[in-house]
Amino acid sequence: MLKLPIYLDNNATTPLDPRVLEAMMPYLTDVFGNAASRNHPFGWAAEEGVDYAREQIAKLIACDPKEIIFTSGATESDNLGIKGVFEMYSQKGNHVITCTTEHKAVLDTCKHIEKLGGRVTYLPVNEQGLISLEELEAAMTPETILVAIMFGNNETGTIQPIREISKIAHSHGALFMTDGTQAVGKIPVDVNADGIDIMAFTAHKMYGPKGVGALYVRRKNPRVKVTAQMDGGGHERGMRSGTLNVPGIVGLGKACELARLEMDADTARLSVMRDRLQKELMTLEESYVNGSVEHRLPHVTNISFKYVEGEGLMMGVKDLAVSSGSACTSASLEPSYVLKALGLSDDLAHSSLRFGLSRFTTDEQIDYAIGHVKEAVTKLREMSPLWEMFQEGIDLSKIEWAEH
Amino acid sequence: MAYSDKVIDHYSNPRNVGTLDKSKKNVGTGLVGAPECGDVMRLQIEVDEATNTITDAKFKTFGCGSAIASSSLATEWLKGKTVDEALAIDNMEIVEELALPPVKIHCSVLAEDAIKSAISDYRVKNGLPALELAHH
Repeated sequence: MLKLPIYLDNNATTPLDPRVLEAMMPYLTDVFGNAASRNHPFGWAAEEGVDYAREQIAKLIACDPKEIIFTSGATESDNLGIKGVFEMYSQKGNHVITCTTEHKAVLDTCKHIEKLGGRVTYLPVNEQGLISLEELEAAMTPETILVAIMFGNNETGTIQPIREISKIAHSHGALFMTDGTQAVGKIPVDVNADGIDIMAFTAHKMYGPKGVGALYVRRKNPRVKVTAQMDGGGHERGMRSGTLNVPGIVGLGKACELARLEMDADTARLSVMRDRLQKELMTLEESYVNGSVEHRLPHVTNISFKYVEGEGLMMGVKDLAVSSGSACTSASLEPSYVLKALGLSDDLAHSSLRFGLSRFTTDEQIDYAIGHVKEAVTKLREMSPLWEMFQEGIDLSKIEWAEH
Repeated sequence: MAYSDKVIDHYSNPRNVGTLDKSKKNVGTGLVGAPECGDVMRLQIEVDEATNTITDAKFKTFGCGSAIASSSLATEWLKGKTVDEALAIDNMEIVEELALPPVKIHCSVLAEDAIKSAISDYRVKNGLPALELAHH
């Protein structure tokens, strides 16, 4: 029996894998010690759990366990990485390069350092959502201390050419940071092969718990340091003070281990399901896939259904939990800045749905989703004056709309 | 955001979806909103010229559930009203009836605009001056 509603919003957050919960349970109960308590067995047991998690995480991204700094999540990690580099390397320069489709945790942090006297270049993206390597090269200056480009985009799943980007950053003596929130645990990430110096990621996007994340900070070639943004007891090699969230960290570790072991199988299964979902939905006239189809996370597709409005559509697909590029619910009335950065018109951005599949998504759920979305789009188009005008061959761009 | 039962009802079972023959002299058409803003409403009225009464009303809306519900409700209210009575419909009545939250008040405003715009179109077709339409 199919249980409704169906959760297909896994880019927002994923359910906790029961195996992760099982690994965490002892640390929520008996093993409650403070990992910084070095003088009794309660502390030792907690520290052991943390150390093991560090190793599990390190294996997933091919780094040294000592290079993992635990945080409260990807937002904190992005803040620590960018602000921390900006402060630590202020003698060398004040220029940071990022791109327009980054998550707000990166964009707003960059806005913050601009207020502190930093200079930030926001590279545009093409219609595939990819930055131009030539434009990156041209933006590099002797004052550039950091290039921060996300690995996989949260709205479209577009994967940036990370290796090429890091090479350019390094050839100009800058550090390369990536927001790996959507990529880590979903696709292979190797900090050495990919040339990553700093990377933010989080547990709850890969079947781990909320409230725990990490910042990878390279220790060798080069040795990178970030200025702490949280002052206190000097935990995490002085880069992030605060009592460690032991159960959360153990959960992140287990989630990373499962991701490493099951990534290939998950990817094979999810990409087939995602492709089927996309292919079926694209049989609806005037549907468009947003972002690169070639360079994309295996479990994501973002589709605009022209002439229907995203929020109305989400209400129509009430048995599906998805998200829309329509910002009708927000006060701003502005649709997704990520989709607009790809060059989408406001109306297409308003008409988009993002589907994010997970390890727990089934073929039966995808079948249901296909039928449900098709039905809702068809119904709403019958109700849409724009659809009627399109059918009559009226050019909507020639109409003088009253902006309100 | 949770929708009220009335919004869900109008969204799921919209009243009077459709198109009237706009070439007819006694049909007034209002098209308001903009695709860029995420909502467009087209509201049409058919008027019995002898009694100045609205005999039929149809709508099509591109927009969120509240926009669809606002226009559906508007067509329901319009039928049977005289043109003058229809002009008196205030957006806040729609807000109250559908229990729209503050962020959705613009949907009701758009519905009121659509009504006035349709009436104005009807007037112009019948040799009367256009209504002064407020711009929201």
